[in-house]
Amino acid sequence: MAEAQGGRSLVVDAVTHRYPSGALAVENINLDIKGGEIIALLGPSGCGKTTLLRIIAGFIAQTQGRIIIGDDIVDTLPPNRRAVGIVFQNYALFPHLSISENVAYGLAARGIDKATRQRESQRLLELVQLPTMAERLPRQLSGGQQQRVALARALAIKPSILLLDEPFAALDKNLRLDMQIEVKRLQRVSGITTLIVTHDQEEALSMADRVAVLSQGKLEQFGTPSDVYDRPQTLFVNTFVGSSNRMPGVVVSADRTAAKIRLDAGAEIIARPAAGALTEGGRVTVCIRPEHLQFVGDETGFAGVVGMSLPLGATVVHEVTTADGSGVKISQARIGETRALDSGAAVRLAPLAPSLANAFPATL
Amino acid sequence: MGAAPASRDVTSYGMGLAAPLALFFLLFFVAPLLQLFWLSLHNDTAGLHWGLGQYLHFLTDPFSLSVLGSTLLLGAEVTAVCLVLGFPIAWLYQRVGPRLQTIIILIVLLPLLTSVVVRTFAWIVILGRQGIINATLQSLGIIDTPLKLLYTQFGVVIALAQVQMPLMTLPLITALGRIDPNLDDASCSLGAGSWRTFFRVVLPLSLPGVIAGCTLTYAAAITAFITQSLVGGGQMLFMPMYLYQQASTLQNWPFASAISIIFLLAVLAVVSVFTTLGRLSRGYGGA
Repeated sequence: MAEAQGGRSLVVDAVTHRYPSGALAVENINLDIKGGEIIALLGPSGCGKTTLLRIIAGFIAQTQGRIIIGDDIVDTLPPNRRAVGIVFQNYALFPHLSISENVAYGLAARGIDKATRQRESQRLLELVQLPTMAERLPRQLSGGQQQRVALARALAIKPSILLLDEPFAALDKNLRLDMQIEVKRLQRVSGITTLIVTHDQEEALSMADRVAVLSQGKLEQFGTPSDVYDRPQTLFVNTFVGSSNRMPGVVVSADRTAAKIRLDAGAEIIARPAAGALTEGGRVTVCIRPEHLQFVGDETGFAGVVGMSLPLGATVVHEVTTADGSGVKISQARIGETRALDSGAAVRLAPLAPSLANAFPATL
Repeated sequence: MGAAPASRDVTSYGMGLAAPLALFFLLFFVAPLLQLFWLSLHNDTAGLHWGLGQYLHFLTDPFSLSVLGSTLLLGAEVTAVCLVLGFPIAWLYQRVGPRLQTIIILIVLLPLLTSVVVRTFAWIVILGRQGIINATLQSLGIIDTPLKLLYTQFGVVIALAQVQMPLMTLPLITALGRIDPNLDDASCSLGAGSWRTFFRVVLPLSLPGVIAGCTLTYAAAITAFITQSLVGGGQMLFMPMYLYQQASTLQNWPFASAISIIFLLAVLAVVSVFTTLGRLSRGYGGA
């Protein structure tokens, strides 16, 4: 039983892949994934996350590096011998086979007898809460139901690793949340090490134990959702995950844990050197999330003029133009009666805490 | 533009547009066919005595039946050769880059771009006693006496298969192109090897194309008068030539008509078997 087996670990060891044209698809990716973890591979399209998934599944042979599942180096194994379950973005159910035949497909390939196959596929269909759909054809099912079948089919082979390729992209918003909960429930029940490829940061942050952020084939950061969100290690991660104000400035003084920075917008603030030590006098980009800014009454923060206020339900976002002409967004929780700010009002802004402003060396 | 009635279906005005072709068919296909049928119901060449004598003659004559049999068999052989050779080409087409695809399509279509007579004579040159194959094999010392390739069933099948190949390959390319490439990967990731993937996924999903290709190839192969006659020569007699002899040489129009009708029915029977299979497999087409 997959349920009893628990998850096997997955190590992506210095994997590099070049396309035949010579262009790098992924470069020196290292991931050490524990058994039973849910990992999200997060990045914009073209960042190499799908290539990495296909390398793990065995559809692409990487140029360099190793893939280790459990204690086995699987690089020489073809995909049909890796026991890696995949749920494709479009589900890729076999349109000519019934739902139960789809689920039992992998068992038939393993030469398991018909009675056992039927019992197993029925058990899995009950697990994904579709016990009455066994005799239907895939096209008679809704998108969400097809996805449950695709999950059941992948789980049927008792995979050591479960790979989900943009699994929720084709679903509408409400169904997406249902399926995310469903996948998380199934993953808890089965304990299978799971990798989710996604470009949706909310999905990555809400579902995964750890998130690997990829950009242009490189691993930017691999950490827990709160690490990635609150302690981003690169400017890319800071701006790709969540939204962020980018404010240029110059380092006045710096040690390992804090740096005093004079913003071009006209104030000195304390920020966290997010990507290692900063050099005095060097130019930096400071990232502050809209929810980490506050209005201040005294002379501490930097000055700006309110441009527009957008009430977004639970929060209100104000767009503020600073002294150096750049735009900054600040979002406030709507607690009690939030004072509406008139366009053109002069305000002063400051970060909530020094640790919530991240300074990165400016790239030219 | 006045206000169109709300109930009018935008797709419902199609029938009127088909009228010219329908009229053309009625005049030049249905009418002659009825005339043919009428003629076949006469026992004498002058067409004076009604009766089923021509049909009885054909169905009790071992020679006539053997001609029919060998023609239907020829069609089956050509269809089988086209399917076995055409499927890999169609499969390959879906897996190569656009440049190679253009080359493959060109090669597949090439037989259609040359005249039947020219192609057939080319096969005579290739297969003949002093032809390219025999000359090459003899000069290599592999054989002493020339092989008999021309005027054999083998020669006819090969020549016809080459000519009819596009009719098989093009529907196959279309059918294979409709299969989601992820299904291959899905099958593989579930533990299936290439052969299981082929027989359980690719072949069933390409059945509509297989059946369309087989129907076209079969119908074209058994009625290919020129290739059958020229490559088959005098020793091999197939239905089209048999018909031609009865009508033109022997002037036995009633018997020729009866042969036509029987041939037509036999072909319809085979084609309807294909279409029934096609209907059964339609459930597979919704990929």
